[in-house]
Amino acid sequence: MNEYLIIALKIVFVLMAVLSLAAILTWLERKQSALMQDRIGANRADIFGLRAIGLFHIIADSLKMFLKEEFVPPGAQRFLHTVAPLMSAFFALSVAACIPFGKLILDGQTIYLQIIDLNAGILYLIAMMSFSIYGVFLAGWASRSKYSLLGALRGASQMLSYEIAMGISLIGIIMIYSTLSLREIVYAQGELLFGFLPAWGVFLQPVGFIIFLTAGMAETKRVPFDLPEGESEIIGYFTEYSSMRFGLFFLTDFIEVALVAMLMSVLFFGGWNIPYLQDTGFVFPWGGSLAMSPLLASLLGILAFGVKVVFFCWLQLTIRWTLPRFRYDQLMKLGWKFMLPLAMANVVATGLVLVLLD
Amino acid sequence: MTKENHPVRTSRPKRKTQEMYLNIGPSHPAMHGIIRIITELEGETVKKAEIEIGYLHRAFEKDSEQVSWNGVMPYTDRLNYVSPLINNFGYCMAVEKLMGLQVPERGLYIRTIMSEISRLVDHLTCVGASAMELGAFTAFLYLMQIRDELYELIEDVTGARITNSFGRVGGVRADLTADFIPKSREKFKTAHRLIKEVDKLLTNNRIFYDRTRGIGIISAEDAQDWGITGPWLRSTGVAHDLREAEPYMMYDRVQFDIPYGEYGDNYDRYMVRMEEMRQSLRICEQCFDQIGEGSLSADIPPEYMESADLVDTAKSMKTAGLIDKEAALCPNLRGQEKHQIAAVSAASKASTLPPKAQCYSNIEGLMNHFMLVMDNWGVRPPMGEAYAAIEAPNGELGFYVVSDGRGKPYRVRCHPPCFPIMNALADVLQDGMVADIIATFGSVNMIGGELDR
Repeated sequence: MNEYLIIALKIVFVLMAVLSLAAILTWLERKQSALMQDRIGANRADIFGLRAIGLFHIIADSLKMFLKEEFVPPGAQRFLHTVAPLMSAFFALSVAACIPFGKLILDGQTIYLQIIDLNAGILYLIAMMSFSIYGVFLAGWASRSKYSLLGALRGASQMLSYEIAMGISLIGIIMIYSTLSLREIVYAQGELLFGFLPAWGVFLQPVGFIIFLTAGMAETKRVPFDLPEGESEIIGYFTEYSSMRFGLFFLTDFIEVALVAMLMSVLFFGGWNIPYLQDTGFVFPWGGSLAMSPLLASLLGILAFGVKVVFFCWLQLTIRWTLPRFRYDQLMKLGWKFMLPLAMANVVATGLVLVLLD
Repeated sequence: MTKENHPVRTSRPKRKTQEMYLNIGPSHPAMHGIIRIITELEGETVKKAEIEIGYLHRAFEKDSEQVSWNGVMPYTDRLNYVSPLINNFGYCMAVEKLMGLQVPERGLYIRTIMSEISRLVDHLTCVGASAMELGAFTAFLYLMQIRDELYELIEDVTGARITNSFGRVGGVRADLTADFIPKSREKFKTAHRLIKEVDKLLTNNRIFYDRTRGIGIISAEDAQDWGITGPWLRSTGVAHDLREAEPYMMYDRVQFDIPYGEYGDNYDRYMVRMEEMRQSLRICEQCFDQIGEGSLSADIPPEYMESADLVDTAKSMKTAGLIDKEAALCPNLRGQEKHQIAAVSAASKASTLPPKAQCYSNIEGLMNHFMLVMDNWGVRPPMGEAYAAIEAPNGELGFYVVSDGRGKPYRVRCHPPCFPIMNALADVLQDGMVADIIATFGSVNMIGGELDR
């Protein structure tokens, strides 16, 4: 009984964490772009005169989305048209199930803030991320609009070409830590290399990290990879969507931004690990230590994970507001002719180094 | 049902492929200025494109035949509404040619300065909009920030940000304001800084380069055959610029370079526009040096009188000494004092409105004013025709005017610079990608008001 309660609480926690992060990202995106463009940014929505630096826009936006007319264009496939945004959001959210947010040490008992630790965690997350293409493709197909169709085609081919590079970029990580479980990968990153360097993925797999960052941004379908959307060209696969159905696509983008940030922290930046922090406190390689209770150490870990995630969200937003958009064929070229060979070379190089070290 | 009605297929039907027709516009986010492009697509490749124009036809030329010669001015504002001052001056030049008017030097300097600021505004809009359509929204807003500052300058002098109606047959409406030049120098510093910043964001950006280099190519021969001028022609390597080829206004007194490209693609057009912006700033700064700081100073400071008092005194026949008085003008007549009008407008009673002080204080001025504003009188060029061309931001903007000697134009024909480009566009777009339509179309800087008139 107790176990089920804990799992239920974990699910609530993870859902809330991801969804609220996505919601805050809509605000952060506005403020970050405003900051970069010498503007003030959205700050008009108020509750009884209280403006809270524009945070109420999140509520105003969602209210607007829910209250707008749900329009299905004549000739569209009503069922698929409705299911598509649900699929998009569902598969994006289900990736979050295997992400370890941290561990909580209460009275010597360790509770992992992770819904389920699959022993094939990486496979699961790649599979779930790939599924999200169905939402895009069905939306474009079911809308009966040529613009949507073009958007869906672009989306499908873009995701195909990037999923592969992304998957292969993770093989290096799998080889080094010899596990597919995300929790074990995080534990392995708690070790030290040469006695002082944290064994984070980014130090062991720098090329893998860059490919994952690029492919991850392509996964979120935002500038510079926003071809399926391309608001000035083809308007995108959700041209024929309105109200909360559109809202779900919109939210999915931000959920994916959050997820890519989480995956980058988990796979390449040590997850909940803080360099030199162990369960009993800091132990520095140059001698000296700082003792603290396991509970405090674990809470610091959760906080560290949050900071890393926010940092990578910010990084993605900054890139998004700096670069122009690729063209369809250039994107394919980058994916197939540059990133895929690079990822494969990375795998070979990693393998060679591992064999030599053995 | 018999078998004959449903013959069994022995082989699979041949796969049929078919081109997709995609209708872009007239209502489409990137079709600024309404236009429709019908494309025949094979995948994402454009097999054929057809341009349909005319959605913004407002009968400019016919309307012009219904109003006085100076009354056409507000209509010209609405041609290229991004740089209306250049349209004003282009039209004025045609009428002045017909009437043989000579605009005084200061008037020409003001025209040159205002033209160059307008050119800047136009290029900023074009480069910014094309960058935005490629997804670089931040660069767009940087450029819009300069544009806004420049609009403030224009507003100071003309009283309006967009529909200025600042040109007058024989000169300009008003003199520069006293603090215009120092203020401009200040704003130009910001402009230089932000242009540099955008340069950093776009010029060497690999994605931007790939998206624009080699896209929308037109050869020098084709461009000339189509009659294309402006940045589109210069991007092909033909350094033709009316400001240099047939200097007008004060362009023969200032130093400037004419940038030109090599390949005639979108990147070259972008580079030409970026360089022209710097050259425009350079021209303006030289003009400032040449006309000197501050506004005009009369030798004897004028004696001011309230306009109403001036009129009352004149009515009661106490006209002695009134001719030297200056009317205290309301702010929207700023820059139109006696000495200012004399410095910026042709000294011709047939075209230039008398200064307000004269109009209020003596009968000659009043009659002169009355004749010029009366229906069917006003400015009346002699019977004949004239064509004047001006280097607008997009190319040669020509006005062909015909007069039958009455107070209204017999015919006003406008040659918009983007019209020949739009003719050539279908060929340029062919065999490109859907995404390139937007980039190439952005580089045309098509302005619906000018194209459809």
